Amino acid sequence: MALDTTPKGWRTWVRYALLASMAIIILFPIYTTVIASLKPGNRVLRNPLVPDSFTLDVLRNAWTQGRLGRYLWNSAVVAVIVTSVQLITSIMSAYAFSFLRFPLKRFFFAIFMATLLVPFEVTLLVNRRTVDSLGWLNTYQGLAVPFLATAFGTFLLRQVFMQIPKDLNEAAAMDGIGHWGFMREVAVPLVRPTLGALGLFSFLASWNQYLWPSMITTEDDMNTIQSGLRLLRSSDLDKPNLIMAGTIIAAIPILVVLVVFQRQLVRGLTAGAVKG
Amino acid sequence: MTVAARRRWRDVPLAAALLGPSLVVLVAFVLYPLGRAVWLGQQRCNVQATKCRSVGWGQYTDVLKSNEFQSAVWVTLKFALITVPIGLALGIGLAVLADKHLRHIGFFRTIFSSTVATSVAVASLMWLFLLQPSVGVLANIGWLNDLFPVIKEPGLLNDKGTALTSVAISSIWANLGFTFIVITAGLQGIPRELQESAFVDGAGGWRRFTNVTLPLLSPTLLFTTVVLTSRAFQAYGEIDLLTNGGPVPQQSTTTVTYLIYGSGSIIKSNEGLKAAVAVLLFVILLGLSALQFRGLGRRVHYGS
Repeated sequence: MALDTTPKGWRTWVRYALLASMAIIILFPIYTTVIASLKPGNRVLRNPLVPDSFTLDVLRNAWTQGRLGRYLWNSAVVAVIVTSVQLITSIMSAYAFSFLRFPLKRFFFAIFMATLLVPFEVTLLVNRRTVDSLGWLNTYQGLAVPFLATAFGTFLLRQVFMQIPKDLNEAAAMDGIGHWGFMREVAVPLVRPTLGALGLFSFLASWNQYLWPSMITTEDDMNTIQSGLRLLRSSDLDKPNLIMAGTIIAAIPILVVLVVFQRQLVRGLTAGAVKG
Repeated sequence: MTVAARRRWRDVPLAAALLGPSLVVLVAFVLYPLGRAVWLGQQRCNVQATKCRSVGWGQYTDVLKSNEFQSAVWVTLKFALITVPIGLALGIGLAVLADKHLRHIGFFRTIFSSTVATSVAVASLMWLFLLQPSVGVLANIGWLNDLFPVIKEPGLLNDKGTALTSVAISSIWANLGFTFIVITAGLQGIPRELQESAFVDGAGGWRRFTNVTLPLLSPTLLFTTVVLTSRAFQAYGEIDLLTNGGPVPQQSTTTVTYLIYGSGSIIKSNEGLKAAVAVLLFVILLGLSALQFRGLGRRVHYGS
């Protein structure tokens, strides 16, 4: 088909040319970063576009000097805690809003939804004081606790729960399996795809946090990979290839996560696009 | 107690147990800080922020009238006006370009999606290494410097004319993977029959795009616009890493968020002023989302 000589074949070639040139433009910053991280320090500034020498020393140095292992570990710990707890608290509160009767239900739901309107940037200022007064600066609690609940996740799961017929829930109560049984046997299995999307969304959001970790971390040991890169940038600008190597190392884990969770990716990214 | 009343109260303990944890976190870390910030906004504090005293609600109007705040709002607006339309147009263009069953199309789609894996810190450092005037890549390509001397002296990130645009370009690049993936998913949700019937009716490529594809894509585009706009208004990492809000004295890249949190910000050591700016940012964002949903929402076509 590609060798077709009709006007259609000609158009295909134009499309390939456009695809290729866009691909080159998009890959350019990544390409120069990879090249720099594989060159010895004294060669970086000469021919920055040509891979004329090769060494793994820079990557090794960045790993040891930059303490990237420690930073990545911290990011992973925080992201895993935040993601798993967020999923649990979202299931709990979504379940309450969908299947339980209690006074002031609408009021509490309105409170949850109101928090969606408040951006992080407005609250972090005071949250830093709170975390400070709790003695949580430079701790995992400090990094994770403010993000352990999400009205967004609650809303998303409630949308799915509401589709379960109420009778089913009442029948479950009759059968004596109770709420706990119903949650485990019916509700949670039903939202599993949504949980996957929400989980990936939460993980990426937590992993990519930049401002919050930079605000509450003063000890090097507690930097996440994002605030760690910030530190690397401010200390080592005279060694650009070291920074570039750090950047590459920092990007690899999330690349792996995205490849593994490819199927959840689109739903995870568009999780916010709920038809309303 | 009647049966109905008993049913009404029966679930209360369980509801409290299920809602409690979320409620505690949301109140302590979203609602309380919001209220507290509103209160702090009319206070003036010492440098350690240990002692604050009220200076009156007029502090909000003072901030509104100040050159620093107005300049930050203007910079933020310019940043959004560059990144959102260009990011959206590129995303649509790439998605349409790759929306065809060709050999190796998966390879191109992977490349176009790739920047979704870069965090703001990763993306910004990559661009720092491209743009930095002494060790940067562009500054070490001879012919490019002859053509655009600004690359080396004073440097694209240090020149007041090019700094914001440079940061915006790195931001567009970093968001492109996300935009591409979301719009591609939207395109694939459009039924092929509609395209084909338009083709049978004799509509050309461009007319099919504007009359069939774009309207059906509008919910996706609204979502993407909202996300890109809020990202633009909350941009912080790229500015912190690339320009530190500078170049001074114009503060050409000090956005509202950077004005609150930046280490190079002029109100760095005044908690009260920072809170006032944060609250005003909140009001601006509220107004903006209301505007987006009213203005754009009306034009969005939700197909059945």
